[in-house]
Amino acid sequence: MSALGVVGGIAQPVLIVAGSPLLVGVMRQVRARLEGRAGAGVRQPWRDLRKLLRKETITPRGTSEVFRIAPLLLVATSLVVAVVVPFVTTDSAIDPVADLFAVVALLALGAVALALAGLDTGTAFGGMGASREMTILALVEPTLLVAIFALSVRVGSTNLGAIVSSTLHDPARVLSPASLLAAVALIVVIVAETGRLPVDNPSTHLELTMVHEAMVLEYAGPDLALIELASAMRLSVFLGLLANLFLPWGIATAATPAALVVGVLALVVKVGLLGVVLAAGEVFLAKLRLFRVPELLAGSFLLALLAVAASYFLA
Amino acid sequence: MSETLYVQLLDLACGGLLLTAVLVLWRRELAVIIRVFAVQGAALAALVAVLATREGSAELWAVAVGVLVLRAGVLPHLLRRALAGAGEARRETRPLVNVAASLLAAAVLTLLAYAVSQPLVALSPSAATQAIPVGVTVVLIGFFVLVTRRRALSQLVGFLLMDNGITAVGFLTTAGVGLVVELGVSLDVLLAVLVLQILTSRMRETFGDTDLDELRELRD
Repeated sequence: MSALGVVGGIAQPVLIVAGSPLLVGVMRQVRARLEGRAGAGVRQPWRDLRKLLRKETITPRGTSEVFRIAPLLLVATSLVVAVVVPFVTTDSAIDPVADLFAVVALLALGAVALALAGLDTGTAFGGMGASREMTILALVEPTLLVAIFALSVRVGSTNLGAIVSSTLHDPARVLSPASLLAAVALIVVIVAETGRLPVDNPSTHLELTMVHEAMVLEYAGPDLALIELASAMRLSVFLGLLANLFLPWGIATAATPAALVVGVLALVVKVGLLGVVLAAGEVFLAKLRLFRVPELLAGSFLLALLAVAASYFLA
Repeated sequence: MSETLYVQLLDLACGGLLLTAVLVLWRRELAVIIRVFAVQGAALAALVAVLATREGSAELWAVAVGVLVLRAGVLPHLLRRALAGAGEARRETRPLVNVAASLLAAAVLTLLAYAVSQPLVALSPSAATQAIPVGVTVVLIGFFVLVTRRRALSQLVGFLLMDNGITAVGFLTTAGVGLVVELGVSLDVLLAVLVLQILTSRMRETFGDTDLDELRELRD
């Protein structure tokens, strides 16, 4: 465990927890302005969280421990990922966990916990949302693994820190077909995994179309606040992963204060830009029919597989 | 041109070929498919241009310009004209294999192409020959489009995709098969497209549709 890793392990989760609701706020604000509305302001998600945290905890009758543990598990897994993935520093506080498979498994664990909680309520919407989420998750996970695997083939290691620092040393790799195909595949699965348009509409409460909202329909008060915070953190984590895997410049490689400040600023700028682009793109998209979603994800799986194939036969 | 820049540009052009072939399989709107096909023509021309710069041959440059004019200009234009006359049928609505399954089939075809072209690559390993699997993949995907699509126009695009793939493999293996041969092949393809375009419009005049599955039986 290096000094750089420890500093990163402290700075990253603080930054992600504080910044992710702001990211959601920025994305909503961009969307509101493009649609001609005034918008609620960038800090609105934080105000919502504060309001929800002050309320008392209420759980529906007949729900079990699964329902109560799910929000904690979701926040905990997102927090561990925020600690280990190279966002601000190339070294990780807990190096063995900064592995491709471990990170993807942690993120999947949070999603599965939430789906089980949706089933646990025993309502029609909870079950429907959980079943849809599992369908999408089953298609997203292989693509996510294969797309990042395409990048790790050249490095010879599935450690995310190693992948990021090798891209840093050899910038020409970013423009190879393998990493471009992997980038496109990763963007599609991130859109699907974080429940954005065109796969899921984060602002809808229309019964027939919702996926993520249907699962969390029964939550209220502090539990809902935890889930909202965790979804915002997952969005930041995925966007940060995308930014640092393909454009790692600015990330701190030494434990000096200047390098750390640059690393934090670079992460904020990159994730913020990605969020703005994503929100602006969503204005022009309509939600895809649920039965067309597997088509989209099969396409992105093929692109990820082609990325792996290209990294073998064009190397 | 330095060695790394040459390899990188060559790989990018091959990546473009591969991506456009997949997009043809993915999208349903015929107008989008034709546009993607034009982009693939441009990627093929870029591939030839990179090889021409490497070899420093003016003849190959002429071929590159010819490929660009024919495959990114003339052929898409002809296809677009055929589409404009088609009226309602602007989408590939019911392919024989659905889109998700055909994308997965394309993944298998890619691995197959990689497996079968290994002996070819082993003959003389270089940056150009290592890209042969890409060309073979485009040929196989083109053939897949040809056999699974119903509209005459998308079958035509499948045929042209195969031809693009064959041309790419030709240039990657031999660095140019000679201006005369290339000219002959190009004219052949152009002629085939013109004939098929006339055939398509005749079919539509006679039957009111270009769905080839309706043409199984003979009628008076």
